[in-house]
Amino acid sequence: MEKTVNQKAWFLVLPVLVLVAFSAIIPLMTVVNYSVQDSFGQNNFFWAGLVWFEDLLHSPRMWNALGRQVVFSSIILAIEVPLGIFIALNMPKKGLWATVCLVLMSLPLLIPWNVVGTIWQVFARVDIGLLGYTLDSLGVDYNYTQGFYAAWTTLIVMDVWHWTSLVALLAYAGLQSIPDAYYQAARIDQASRWKIFRYIELPKMSGVLTIAILLRFMDSFKIYTEPFVVTGGGPGNATTFLSIDLVKMALGQFDLGNAAAFSIIYFLVILAVSWVFYTVMTNLDKKDGV
Amino acid sequence: MADATATRTAARRAASLPRVNGSAVVMVLYLLFLLLPIYWLINMSLKTNMEILSTFTLWPNDLTFANYRTILTDASWYMGYVNSIIYVTLNTVISVSVALPAAYAFSRYSFVGDKHLFFWLLTNRMAPPAVFALPFFQLYSSVGLFDTHIAVALAHTLFNVPLAVWILEGFMRGVPKEIDETAYIDGYSFGRFFVKIFMPLVSSGIGVAAFFCFMFSWVELLLSRTLTSVEAKPIAATMTRTVSASGLDWGVLAAAGVLTIIPGALVIYFVRNYIAKGFALGRV
Repeated sequence: MEKTVNQKAWFLVLPVLVLVAFSAIIPLMTVVNYSVQDSFGQNNFFWAGLVWFEDLLHSPRMWNALGRQVVFSSIILAIEVPLGIFIALNMPKKGLWATVCLVLMSLPLLIPWNVVGTIWQVFARVDIGLLGYTLDSLGVDYNYTQGFYAAWTTLIVMDVWHWTSLVALLAYAGLQSIPDAYYQAARIDQASRWKIFRYIELPKMSGVLTIAILLRFMDSFKIYTEPFVVTGGGPGNATTFLSIDLVKMALGQFDLGNAAAFSIIYFLVILAVSWVFYTVMTNLDKKDGV
Repeated sequence: MADATATRTAARRAASLPRVNGSAVVMVLYLLFLLLPIYWLINMSLKTNMEILSTFTLWPNDLTFANYRTILTDASWYMGYVNSIIYVTLNTVISVSVALPAAYAFSRYSFVGDKHLFFWLLTNRMAPPAVFALPFFQLYSSVGLFDTHIAVALAHTLFNVPLAVWILEGFMRGVPKEIDETAYIDGYSFGRFFVKIFMPLVSSGIGVAAFFCFMFSWVELLLSRTLTSVEAKPIAATMTRTVSASGLDWGVLAAAGVLTIIPGALVIYFVRNYIAKGFALGRV
């Protein structure tokens, strides 16, 4: 749609601007402040320059957390996106059964994150949980509080459980917007199921799928509550992702300078990757003329 | 995975078997995977701690509602639910009402810095709450809002306002501009046009935006826990404290968890008919 140039539109944006400035810019400036100052207590701060950043970039702590985070996000994206598409393709198109599927699938999305953690913590326990108990009686050595692989597997399965539905619902919405005529044309051309998927369904879903990937990337990169409840970052530091490490540093050890420098680097990483996604997405939008 | 099944379904269709069977199996398996952990939580919430810890049972042998009674009669428990619902509602109302005019501006006009502003808004959706926890605590303490519902509601606008703007902009782009122009020619003022004509047109968008604001505010724990201590303590935080304090009261913990699922389930039930439509029209 052609947009009219109208500078008065700023007035319409003003409330959002004021609100978000209050809850984003002020806190962010606090963080920037801490990241370049040092303190000996009693609120005496002095200029420290980039010492915190140098410290941080030379210590393995942040790099390890970042590494774990990247591995985790990649794994869950690699599972959730294809699985979500697959589920969406298999969802009933209309009728009561479709509503039932929609409602049940949305359920995990609306469970508070710490309760998601609690559910899986209980479910995976060897003594009282269905999953842990079953695996244990089958002779699998499974203990997510001690085993490295058990902890990771539990967290990944939990995230798949929690978020695949979001990808599936978005993909499903994309599928719903395809007019019947497209399928009829494909039938006349005797296109195979794969060809229908590749040349009709996938292009029509590309918009919503980019959003799904963007959302899943951002949110998995920020993950805190669920692993905190289930493993607490352990065993050892095996599941200490960026947010867990940061909260430990800022609110646990009150190591403000380091934590602030950490925050800024963390935020910049998310920003950079999301910017790439966003650019790709707006280009897609333009191409499709959506 | 998707392509393998695709070819398989194609083969099956060629053999003129109804396709719905394969899909139904997939869906049943997936729903089972989703519901099993939830069932286990419900199952535990109806057991006594004795039964939970001593024997392994697939359903409660000794059915009890004592866990629920504990929660529903103890103010320190049930006030958690009330607090959560208050700040979630406040947040949804604030987020959607400031996002409406902004989304209209983004969808209709181009102005200096609009693209940068839009991306800057989105960056707030990307910001990790962990980064903001400590500064928020200091900010809201210094303005005397610590431990109030409005503090949590305002803090959650950080990620909900950008999301609401994003969703609503997508919906509003779908409304032809001729409608605006006709209304202005007919002598409507901007305010009247917006409320009387435009808002009803994007009502499903408003519904979807409200749904997502509700959802992300309801499930968030880190900020709401950091910003409250007693008066506005959310249910999620009440749960974490009780776990560490009383150790192993699994039954009550499970019951509290089950009760947090109910508001979400109700919201889904009410919006069930246009959630898929909403997803399709909008951007999220």
